[in-house]
Amino acid sequence: MSSSMRSVLSVGRRRRRTGDQVTGGRPLTRAMMFLILAFGAAAMLMPFVWLVRSALMTDAQIFINPPQWIPNPVAWENFPDALTAQPFVRYFLNTMIIEVLVVTGTVLTCSLTAFSFARLRWRGRNLVFGLLLTGVMLPYAVTLIPTFVGWAALGALDTFIPLTLPAWFAGAGGGVFNIFLIRQFFLTIPYEMDEAAYIDGANPWQVFTRIVMPLSKPVIVVVTIFTFIGVWNDFLGPLLYLTDSDNFTLALGLATFQSTYTAQWGLLMAASLVVILPIVLLFFVLQRYFVEGVTLTGIKG
Amino acid sequence: MSTATADPVTEATTPPRPAGRRRSRMGRAEARWGVLFAMPAILGFLIFTIGPMVASFIFSLTDWTVGAAPNFIGLGNYQAMVDDPLFWKSLGVTTYYTLAAVPIALVVGFVVAMLVNAGWRRQSMWRTIYYLPTLVPAVASAVLWIWIFNPDSGLFNSVLRALGLPTSNWIYAESTAVPSLIIMSTWGFGNAMVIFLAGLQGVPRHLYEAVALDGGGAWAKFRHVTLPFMTPVIFYNLVTGVIGTFQVFNQAYIMTSGGPNNATLFYIYYLYTQAFTDSQMGYASALAWVLFLIVLVITALLFRNARSWVYYEAGGAR
Repeated sequence: MSSSMRSVLSVGRRRRRTGDQVTGGRPLTRAMMFLILAFGAAAMLMPFVWLVRSALMTDAQIFINPPQWIPNPVAWENFPDALTAQPFVRYFLNTMIIEVLVVTGTVLTCSLTAFSFARLRWRGRNLVFGLLLTGVMLPYAVTLIPTFVGWAALGALDTFIPLTLPAWFAGAGGGVFNIFLIRQFFLTIPYEMDEAAYIDGANPWQVFTRIVMPLSKPVIVVVTIFTFIGVWNDFLGPLLYLTDSDNFTLALGLATFQSTYTAQWGLLMAASLVVILPIVLLFFVLQRYFVEGVTLTGIKG
Repeated sequence: MSTATADPVTEATTPPRPAGRRRSRMGRAEARWGVLFAMPAILGFLIFTIGPMVASFIFSLTDWTVGAAPNFIGLGNYQAMVDDPLFWKSLGVTTYYTLAAVPIALVVGFVVAMLVNAGWRRQSMWRTIYYLPTLVPAVASAVLWIWIFNPDSGLFNSVLRALGLPTSNWIYAESTAVPSLIIMSTWGFGNAMVIFLAGLQGVPRHLYEAVALDGGGAWAKFRHVTLPFMTPVIFYNLVTGVIGTFQVFNQAYIMTSGGPNNATLFYIYYLYTQAFTDSQMGYASALAWVLFLIVLVITALLFRNARSWVYYEAGGAR
């Protein structure tokens, strides 16, 4: 996989606007292309429209046939109703606790490891790095059961420990990819900078914190974003490890909300919207990094 | 990429640094720091990957169910799989889904990437619209699509009814359940598209001019320049797509519970129910290992096959 990955990486790096090479630009063809583009975009947005209009409708209006598109009256009360029907504020706080622990652990340990692989020499380094990379191939199902059994034996079920502690060991699992990504970035920083610092008597920790990390903000932001989204979206982890509803995350809470309030579509859509919105806002604020990150990772969290 | 510092992978084959008291002492200190810094990943790999892998393999050789003492049964679980209709069903469902969802995402993603890239003034707006669905968290997406597929008042049937067209039971009928989930997955092709878009920026422009000089039209440009240069990106999207879709779980759990009549019994969902509903930890571990082997074989086949159609620029990745 690494050879193709590397070519994607290098291809993505050349950031150059080269539009309109394939089509000749004949007006009729252009018009056709524009129509397809616009039609496709409308199709992509349709589920969002459906989501928002349902979230703002009373049950009575939702079931009118033929379907209504404009909420009338606008049922703002769906939001407070949905968010108090189950303790969504609690779910949000739980999610954020896990986010902080996982993102901090992942960024810290993955970049530390990447620094070791990219800029320090030690025997067996490349062998270890190669071994870690093979972990990418492993389906998560293989380690799922023993890991669960292990946490159960340690009495850690229904705590955040199984969901957060692995992040402090370079993410474990998906972490390998972060290490790879950060290492690739570190390799582009001139080694002369490290050497100058070593001559001045710095140790590797100081080189890491004072020189390499400050220069690596783009890749750190990318890893942070995608780790954050990964945690926000994770369903299987919380499903396995959390049983008391006081400990639920937003994703797990929304899923149980769905199975409890089966036919209350207004409330369900309002709750879904609340879970989706932070990620979409994050995207619009950090759009530049997102595009860079997707190009780099190719995989959504 | 390898401008300033040489790649350590190649560096490793070069002889070690010149000896000398000072240097070697520095080298030893550096090695200590190196191992120390890599320790989180090494420990994590041993604790959360290698350990569970070995344990999982041992489990798979036992008849362990939660609450009972495990007995060693050799390859019994693997033999039982051969006679387990649900194992074959789950394998079939997963293969069906993968064979449809991955090619659709690749083709649609490629075509839309080319369309978006065709020099519009608001390129980033189009890109954003097509990418937006991939941002929706899996659970929220599942809840939304349950409502879209709702036979009475969902989006699809409402529109179909308004147009006077026949409606469908979507995820609630055996024959349409998987196709419905494929439609849903196509909504998220934006990931593949963004990677294709990045790839398109790397196609050398002068080659298009060369084709034009030779009198080639749009098709010739696509066939002889765009497509060859995009094969590594296509291959990347193909491999990650196959590995990803082979491991779907959320839709089956949240939307269909594997039904109706096991129509959406995805492999991981079956494994999950075996392990965490029926407590068959031994059998479920065997299922996990078979999945691992399947993914390995598919990836190996894709890589072997890739040699015949994936084009790498000279001096590039290889």
